[in-house]
Amino acid sequence: MPSIQLRVNGKTLTADVDPNTPLLWVLRDALGLVGTKFGCGMALCGACTVHADGDPIRACSTPVSSVADKSITTIEGLAPAPGKLHPLQQAWIDHDVPQCGYCQAGQLMSAAALLAHTPKPTDADIDTAMAGNICRCGTYQRVRAAIHSAADALARRKA
Amino acid sequence: MNARLQPGLASVDESLRQLIFDMESGATPAPFRAIKLDRRGFLKLTGLAGGGLVLAFSMGGKAEAADATGEFAPNAFLRIARDGSVLIYNKGPEIGQGIKTAFPLIIAEELDAKWSDVKVQQAPVNPAVYGRQSAGGSRSIPDSWDQLRRAGAVARQMLVAAAAAQWKVPAEECTAGESLVMHGKRKATYGSLAARAATLAVPDGSTVKLKDRKDYRLLGKWYTGVDNQAIVTGQPLFGIDQTLPGMKYAVYQRCPATGGKVRSANLDEIKRLPGVRDAFVIEGNGKPTEIMPGVAIVADSTWAAFEARKQLKVDWDESTASKDSWTALARRAAELAKLPAGAMPVANTGSVDDALKSAAKTVSGFYTYPFVAHAPLEPQNCTAWSHDGIVEFWSPTQTADRAIELAAGALGITPDKVKINQTRVGGGFGRRLMNDYMCEAGAIAQRFNAPVKVTWTREQDMAHDFLRPGGFHSLTGGIDAQGKLVAWRNHFITVTQDGKAPSSGAGWAGNQFPGLSVPNYQLTQTMLPIRTPTGPWRAPGSSAVAWVIQSFLHEIAVAAGRDHRDFLLEVMGEPRVLDGGLNTGRAADVIKLACEKAGWGRKLPEGRGLGLAFHFSHAGHIAEVAEVSVDADQRVRLHRMVVAGDIGPIVNMSGAMNQCEGAVVDGFSTMLGLQVTMEGGLIEQSNFHQYPLLRMPQHPQVEVHFLQSENPPTGVGEPALPPVAPAICNAIHAATGKRVRTLPLTREGFAAA
Repeated sequence: MPSIQLRVNGKTLTADVDPNTPLLWVLRDALGLVGTKFGCGMALCGACTVHADGDPIRACSTPVSSVADKSITTIEGLAPAPGKLHPLQQAWIDHDVPQCGYCQAGQLMSAAALLAHTPKPTDADIDTAMAGNICRCGTYQRVRAAIHSAADALARRKA
Repeated sequence: MNARLQPGLASVDESLRQLIFDMESGATPAPFRAIKLDRRGFLKLTGLAGGGLVLAFSMGGKAEAADATGEFAPNAFLRIARDGSVLIYNKGPEIGQGIKTAFPLIIAEELDAKWSDVKVQQAPVNPAVYGRQSAGGSRSIPDSWDQLRRAGAVARQMLVAAAAAQWKVPAEECTAGESLVMHGKRKATYGSLAARAATLAVPDGSTVKLKDRKDYRLLGKWYTGVDNQAIVTGQPLFGIDQTLPGMKYAVYQRCPATGGKVRSANLDEIKRLPGVRDAFVIEGNGKPTEIMPGVAIVADSTWAAFEARKQLKVDWDESTASKDSWTALARRAAELAKLPAGAMPVANTGSVDDALKSAAKTVSGFYTYPFVAHAPLEPQNCTAWSHDGIVEFWSPTQTADRAIELAAGALGITPDKVKINQTRVGGGFGRRLMNDYMCEAGAIAQRFNAPVKVTWTREQDMAHDFLRPGGFHSLTGGIDAQGKLVAWRNHFITVTQDGKAPSSGAGWAGNQFPGLSVPNYQLTQTMLPIRTPTGPWRAPGSSAVAWVIQSFLHEIAVAAGRDHRDFLLEVMGEPRVLDGGLNTGRAADVIKLACEKAGWGRKLPEGRGLGLAFHFSHAGHIAEVAEVSVDADQRVRLHRMVVAGDIGPIVNMSGAMNQCEGAVVDGFSTMLGLQVTMEGGLIEQSNFHQYPLLRMPQHPQVEVHFLQSENPPTGVGEPALPPVAPAICNAIHAATGKRVRTLPLTREGFAAA
């Protein structure tokens, strides 16, 4: 089995996997990073969303070989430092967003990519950025409110 | 207090039949019925090595001596350490309904603990100790309310007694609150009292004093979920996240058509594929709720197993497999609908034929709703390990208590050889009341000398669900000269697996509204045979039939030229409790509240309308008003949904509101565009491109108002869902004059805006 080097959450990791293996299963099975979720396997639900060089991608449909030269961030690496939370994570807790919670890693990663490009998103921006993430429990109203809260928190921090 | 729905009897097998009966009737599952809070043995007490106080339920046994190792902890509901930390065990499966936060809150309230002192852990699966450990039928809160309150209250009484002894004052003069016992100016923390409390006799749990609702400090306020931090940082909480040393990864291929058997498969070829460790046929026992015949592939990774499955060639014996066809079913139902009544009477009050003949006006409609899937976002999965003479599971199940005997039976072992570890559940909606995926994992683990995690693909999850049954209703209603409802006739064309009774989730009881509220009422049934497994889907029965009833009631109100709100209140009649639990007074209160908050009767622009619906289920009285606009291209937008509910006192306001918000999204999503069809026994929808769940751009604003009456508290996972579809359809009618009689809306030419 070929060995592939990946840069994940700031660390260089090695996985012995077939290069066609989707990034999702390399993260989950080979690297033990199970925060990224399997939902559909067809890039339809967004549960597997991670960042590749800051862009949101669907790990279930991304061959690991195609991101070997990129910097991957997963939900485990979203917080800026140990013991600290990303403003979105804090907003998710404060708004009590999760129900079952299964989709929320993907929701957070899509939202984080949105705020990185669009620090003060409108509702229309949120619709566009989050449309690829299904929440079967229907927590959209709280996801939206939490994104606005986190954007406000980021703005206050910069002010 | 609960709705006594007609249980969807005679399903695929006896254990499911019993399960459905329990879930739908609200009955306590049979094995646990005998468990009562025993007077003397209510609690057993142990001193921990660290001097802590452990209180554990000891059902039927007497208090046992202290165990210095603290080994009673797995049976305990709560533990208080010397440092004042309070550990509370959550006994119920967390499926997204928020029970892992709600149950500990109930204990903490009676304990008078400070919520910030509380840490929550999932309890072991042990129904002999904990009683019911299932999540279904919105029964968690009502079934466990008393048990959990007494667990907290006994602990509080012992801590107060410990303080009283320390201060040499009467216990009655002491008060508790915020993890403190107080007497005058003296205060003692629970932590400082734990060791002394552990030496005291356990008071009688059945007579221990419970708090008055007016003295509640915790319940009813806004609490965030105890697992939120772990969820937002991606910690391994779910079934699919479990890993064990040496674990292998498996897939299991069943016959796509229910009931097919394996004749042969290219096992040798599969075994030679990269990363594959083994491949073998499992005969199974032919029960969809347990183990259907199929082929297991065990590999070094999930992906290797998924890839190997693509190469799998199975020669299926489909001689006895499902040949179900939705098209044929719908065609036959449309023919049958021409008959005013079916062969099976369900309810008959007064004389419907006479009343319709003499009615000033009659209205008829034929309503069709489809099969739908649960599609929880976490696909079915389970980790199992056959070791040391037992089979151990890590399972995202909704029914861990029942799964013990079920898995034992399916695997040919005794229940004491089954150990279940409850994981967080990535969505239940009723799907994981069944433990088929778990039995499969057990059967594979029995053949393999290592822990095995079985993961279904989304396609398998869609292909092997226990669907919410589709159904057909041919209705005629009559009004008198004053515009009062005088007659209601419903010929319900439903599905059956055994020809004797409706399939699971496909029955409807005669006492359901408006069965006891119309002077002349007739409900009859015709059953069409199917093989496709069905089962409870969030608010079983109600999730579909409430749409029919509340839509048709609106049709009649419109025909009578009456205001819908007034008409609905008139049909409810005087405040009283009807057989089945519907309290018409509580119903009227929430109908009025929903209308008031939604601005019922206000003028709206063209193409915009309000729609009202009420439904009583799972002991919850819920009314909803939808505000909808429809454009010239029949694109529908649900702008706002006002939910008014009476589910008694609220435990966690955030959790209760979240359930209602989610129920509105789920209900809208489902009625808008979801349907499962089958042809030649095969499910035609394979993944989310063909099963388009609602997404962010379409979600409505949901407003929730609770009346919080003095009635006993009940669950809210389900009852807010049934009124959603009829409220929206009634609003569409108000906006456009078009009556929706077929779901999903996309089949009537509507689309999401």
